[in-house]
Amino acid sequence: MKIKDYIGIGILIIVIAAMPDLVGNDYYLGVLIFTAFNCLTCTGLCLLMGYTGQISIGHGAFIAIGAYSSAILTTKLGWSPWTAMGCGVLLAAITAVIVGIPTMRLKGHYLAMATLGFASIVHIVSVAAVDVTGGPSGISGIPRLQIFGFALNSDTRNFYFSWGVVVVGLYLAVNLIHSRVGRGLQAIHGSEDAASSLGVNIAVDKIKILVLSAIYASISGSLYAHYVLYIDPGPFDIMHSVLLVTMVAVGGLHNIWGAITGAVLLSLLPEFLSFLSEYLQGIGIRYQTDYDTLIYGSILLLIMLFLPEGLFEGLSRSLKSISGFRGKLAGRSSERAD
Amino acid sequence: MQTNILKLDCLRKTFGGVVAVDDLSLSFNKGEVTSLIGPNGAGKTTVFNLITGFLKPTSGKINFNDTELNHKKPHVIAAMGIGRTFQNVQVFSNMTVLENVMVGRHLRSRSGMFFSSILPPMLRGEEKRIRSSAKERLALLGLDQYADVPAGSLPLGNQRMLEIARALALEPTLLFLDEPASGLNARETVVMGRLIQKIKSMNITVVLVEHDMELVMDISDKVAVINFGKLIAEGTPNEVQLNPDVINAYLGT
Repeated sequence: MKIKDYIGIGILIIVIAAMPDLVGNDYYLGVLIFTAFNCLTCTGLCLLMGYTGQISIGHGAFIAIGAYSSAILTTKLGWSPWTAMGCGVLLAAITAVIVGIPTMRLKGHYLAMATLGFASIVHIVSVAAVDVTGGPSGISGIPRLQIFGFALNSDTRNFYFSWGVVVVGLYLAVNLIHSRVGRGLQAIHGSEDAASSLGVNIAVDKIKILVLSAIYASISGSLYAHYVLYIDPGPFDIMHSVLLVTMVAVGGLHNIWGAITGAVLLSLLPEFLSFLSEYLQGIGIRYQTDYDTLIYGSILLLIMLFLPEGLFEGLSRSLKSISGFRGKLAGRSSERAD
Repeated sequence: MQTNILKLDCLRKTFGGVVAVDDLSLSFNKGEVTSLIGPNGAGKTTVFNLITGFLKPTSGKINFNDTELNHKKPHVIAAMGIGRTFQNVQVFSNMTVLENVMVGRHLRSRSGMFFSSILPPMLRGEEKRIRSSAKERLALLGLDQYADVPAGSLPLGNQRMLEIARALALEPTLLFLDEPASGLNARETVVMGRLIQKIKSMNITVVLVEHDMELVMDISDKVAVINFGKLIAEGTPNEVQLNPDVINAYLGT
């Protein structure tokens, strides 16, 4: 299984390497950079939701913490972007512990409620604390990232860098999943009682994984700020948090590749929808942007109905059965073995 | 003379006004198989949950090898060498059979989150050890052919076996089995009985809650009978079977 994951990462690297030449258009390259940010957040969120079974509807807040830390510390205090990013990570980790400690001790959906509340607090603060966050008009003039004096001043460079971070994030996540710690997390998902009867410290492990996923989100937020060079509260609202959950759920909760699939598809969907609307307008059908929500909803509904294990597992299973790769137990067992 | 591995001293648990365990004093001998029996709702599983830290006692003491267990968390109690299974089987159905048992090695391995994600080659040796000792437990319980099957797809009898394999991977000195034979057919029950004796021969003290009297009388060194949270009899299987209070509790005459 782990070998398969490494092969997956290898294929991803090849696709990434070839992508800028294939796309050859800065607009779409930009879309793919935003896709990378979503992939990074969803990788962390999948560790939390898919593997440990803890739902967070507030990861947009951790992205905001990363983005605002980077923006404020670099523009107002003149810190280097890397130090600012590190501070964002630290702050996200601390807030994750604070949110996690009271909720993680409880069973059930308390974390979902707490993170939802937390996300709205962060959003309100980002709108209302005008002196610090710039309020609704946001913060501009955020510097670009520099790697050893090499500025990320083109979309191609930003593309390679942000997807490079995704690859590193995925590599770490894959290693974690197949380790002692990762098995402990999956055990918590399976049965908290059984996990603790085997010595898994469920309260502490749940907080640790919340912190790790908050760090992923925070880094994604910092990268966003340093790519767009301007931030305002808009992209970090509750709806974005919900969209992140949808990405992970659509792709498939139980597989990190599912989260990546979901993040890519739902990040590209708006582009596809704008194609569709242009096409429909071309043939004389009026398309209103409100229909987007309808299409999102239908996609989610159809996937939950027909591919409840998510697009990734669902499609790979149907591909297997189509190509005659049958054998009920054998197929699944070879998939699980190393 | 036998030495106690576990001693309950006036253990009491109330849920609101209901007394589930009523000043129960009981000791368990090292290396023996002790069965807790009693009618439904007698408080047997509550006793298990109190000892393994899933419930906090209202009063009384639990001593394990002279250490008090009263306010310890389940994972701490597991680390002290106490394993358990559950009445409603709780295998990790999202993981394979082998991975389930590998979770049982959690306390016998160290690696943390940082090294697990950043430097997996450093942990290759540890992973190998976890895997091979998990495989040993599977072989012991005859589950090795299912190693790579999702645990949720096993039939109930095998799931109960898997729970025991997982608990054995902890290398416990004391093992609690909560109704290991419930839902098993006659043949599977015989296999389970033999397995429990094998576990005993591995120097593991076994405490059993079980309704299958044939199995209980067959494999127990000592039987303790509980009714309404109180101890009404204890002794060898023969003694208990002839005790008028026990007959009364079961038959209600």
